[in-house]
Amino acid sequence: MKDVTQTCPLTRGEVMAMYFLEHRARLLDVAAFLDRLDRTCGDDAADFREVALHQAAKILTDGQPHRTARILALLSDCTAELPQSAEGMKGALGAVPLTEGEQA
Amino acid sequence: MKYIDPHIHMVSRTTDDYQRMALAGCVAVTEPAFWAGFDRSSAQGFFDYYRQLTEYEPKRAAQFGIQHFTWLCINPKEADDPAFARDVISLIPEFLKCENVLGIGEIGLNKNTRNEQIILEEQIELAEKHHQMVLVHTPHLEDKRKGTRLIMDALQASNIDPGRILIDHVEEHTVGEVLDRGFWAGMTLYPDTKMTPQRAADVIEMYGSERLWMNSAGDWGCSDPLAVPKAQQELRRRGHTTELIEKVTWGNPQEFLSQSERFQVSEK
Repeated sequence: MKDVTQTCPLTRGEVMAMYFLEHRARLLDVAAFLDRLDRTCGDDAADFREVALHQAAKILTDGQPHRTARILALLSDCTAELPQSAEGMKGALGAVPLTEGEQA
Repeated sequence: MKYIDPHIHMVSRTTDDYQRMALAGCVAVTEPAFWAGFDRSSAQGFFDYYRQLTEYEPKRAAQFGIQHFTWLCINPKEADDPAFARDVISLIPEFLKCENVLGIGEIGLNKNTRNEQIILEEQIELAEKHHQMVLVHTPHLEDKRKGTRLIMDALQASNIDPGRILIDHVEEHTVGEVLDRGFWAGMTLYPDTKMTPQRAADVIEMYGSERLWMNSAGDWGCSDPLAVPKAQQELRRRGHTTELIEKVTWGNPQEFLSQSERFQVSEK
């Protein structure tokens, strides 16, 4: 991937001062969402979106660049097949259902 | 600061939005034909829509000193029925004569189906035959990367110069490949589901300001017709130069769109 070091004109301290509170709030939103999932009724297993979210969370803390592009790639359809028609298909869900092998 | 919003669906917005956009510095908009939130039941519905885009909407914009241009097509979501789509496409050549029409758009894919692909290819042929520029819609969410590659492959199989094609709704995982293949790239700024002004500023920092623009795509969903001036503000807040901000919100759209002799924008 493209080397993007030192492309932001701000210092680390300036970025932190400008954006920390906004992203602290967003992180708490994600935490609350996961807590909400834990508090749900019934015994549904985690679906593919929840699995994808946990996989994406690992990318956030891996210390490597291009986290956004890599998370978007993780959430992308990588198949080559083209269905003939969209008849009966659902709208986009934001993540890709697991294959049988991945579910096992 | 003046700006152009090169992709916004004003038919879905109120007249107040034109006023607010004008106050924020908007000088011109370009409006691609799109899905209305429901499937039209006949080609006649598109005929009326094309009249709205070419006759009515320019007058509404002009009340606030905004110039209105448009792009015509059948959108990918309604292109999954090839026979229906061909009926609609047959209406388009007559409207290409209208003075505010800049090209064919927003064509592309929605669910990456063969039917959508067939109609995409036929609309690329239409653009080629009539020497039109092309504005491209790329699929949302998990379908975007695959769809963007399929669309670029189809476009590169034609004889249209990639410099006359803008691939819209790029995100971090598609922008590099779009630019590397010689196309222009558009970032759609949305409050929730697409790219934020902050992320758009990040992309400009990482990929540079050549062949890149930003738009609001303001439509009938949750969207913000002032997203472009908000992105200008975000770039300014980070200390970027006025020259860079003007380039991505004024100079670049003007450079791309001026490839149509119809796009003459007054800077007053």
